[in-house]
Amino acid sequence: MALPLKAAHASETEDFESSRNIVKFTVFKGSDQNHAQKAELASFEEALLPHLDAAHNLARWLLRNEQDAEDVVQEAYLRAFKSFGGFHGSNGRAWLLTIVRNTSYTLLKKNSAADLTTTFDDEIHAPGHESVSPATILENSEDAELIREAMDELPAEFREILVLRHQEGLSYKEIADIAQIPPGTVMSRLARARGKLKEYLAARIGKEK
Amino acid sequence: MNCEEATKLMDGYLDSELDPITSQKIEQHLRECPKCDQAYKIHGSLIRVIGNATPYYKAPAELREQIQSSLRDAVGAKDKGGIGQPGQLSVPRPQGERRPVLSHVPWNWLALAAAIMSGALITAVFLPRMRPPNADQFLATQLIASHVRSLMANHLMDVPSSDQHTVKPWLDAKLDFAAPVADLSSQGFPLIGGRLDYLNNHSVAALVYQKRKHFINLFIWPTTPEDSTAQTMVEREGYHLVHWSDGDFTYWAVSDVNPSDLQNFKQLFEQQTARH
Repeated sequence: MALPLKAAHASETEDFESSRNIVKFTVFKGSDQNHAQKAELASFEEALLPHLDAAHNLARWLLRNEQDAEDVVQEAYLRAFKSFGGFHGSNGRAWLLTIVRNTSYTLLKKNSAADLTTTFDDEIHAPGHESVSPATILENSEDAELIREAMDELPAEFREILVLRHQEGLSYKEIADIAQIPPGTVMSRLARARGKLKEYLAARIGKEK
Repeated sequence: MNCEEATKLMDGYLDSELDPITSQKIEQHLRECPKCDQAYKIHGSLIRVIGNATPYYKAPAELREQIQSSLRDAVGAKDKGGIGQPGQLSVPRPQGERRPVLSHVPWNWLALAAAIMSGALITAVFLPRMRPPNADQFLATQLIASHVRSLMANHLMDVPSSDQHTVKPWLDAKLDFAAPVADLSSQGFPLIGGRLDYLNNHSVAALVYQKRKHFINLFIWPTTPEDSTAQTMVEREGYHLVHWSDGDFTYWAVSDVNPSDLQNFKQLFEQQTARH
């Protein structure tokens, strides 16, 4: 009984629930295949697990939610492992952060598109903070909770660039690669992000007074 | 450099990301302009302080363990695929082993719709004849299993020969039919041997061709009334299966080469055998 494959089966292979789980079914001829895989995993972990904190920090800032951040980081590591064979660079952290960033954005886009681009919030930009001097901001700028609140109000592209520069100390070139923007845009976006962060901080300090 | 330019370049300068010449120009301007100098100092210290005071979310220890465990699962799943028994090949996908980590999100209903659509498309284009699903799946599973088995344990060929005039008589002697054999080496698919195989309760011929580093198993048996004569192209678990029939024989080519290569192979084989 030789029969062609039927639709029921064909759609089963395309099945959405498992499509993200498909592991390419590869045939290995050697008996040391098992060994090679373990070695690959070991070198993957050695190269990329040291950047777990950086990955988590970026995802946490982008998603503003611990559970989402952990899910995204785990997903990103699996994606990274799948394409580890194609990674020949030396900058494992930047490579991993790119994947974390893209995975985070996929989730952000699903949750809400509004958050992704720069928006100008008139309420936060309400008058009053002009009276807050830079010195006053500086006095309050070691208040981590205040900074967290102000950061969380920024659009994702600003949160992202501030994390990459202030916390990871990445170069403009690395930031351009991760955020997928032209290198010439990094400085102006960073300036706008910092300016906006200062504004939001000033507004919060002004309100508290 | 004027104040406007200096203000525009402030962040790049404070981040030490400007070229030396521009940096020197800024330094010169700051020496001459107390207003800009003041602005730079304030902005610089604010950036530094804010940067240092921004909370850094370290990964919880459980996350590291979860990731390591899911990576092991991913490797384990690959292992299973590589060394699995034929019986396991019908379920090579490691169900539940890799946690769908974004499952609490309404994960893209479009993907579901697309999957259904493409399934329907495959139905409409390739599979006009409805058959019992179990039998269909069974054959595909057997074909892939046989292909996989042939690549393991040095059982690719019973008769390793690139000469069709060696392979054909050998197969003819072992089988109760005379399977067509074509030499496609000049077209990029060198014949590397032949093998006896057993599918659907009868002996079949398996011709082994190579395309670069990939192997193509071409299974051939005399067409029976149950055999479909429709042409089929199926993808399963990363393999492609192409099916065709020339009236006398039923052909199934199985390989991990890309679909266009496999289609090309099929056409070449048909052309060659049509002449005989």
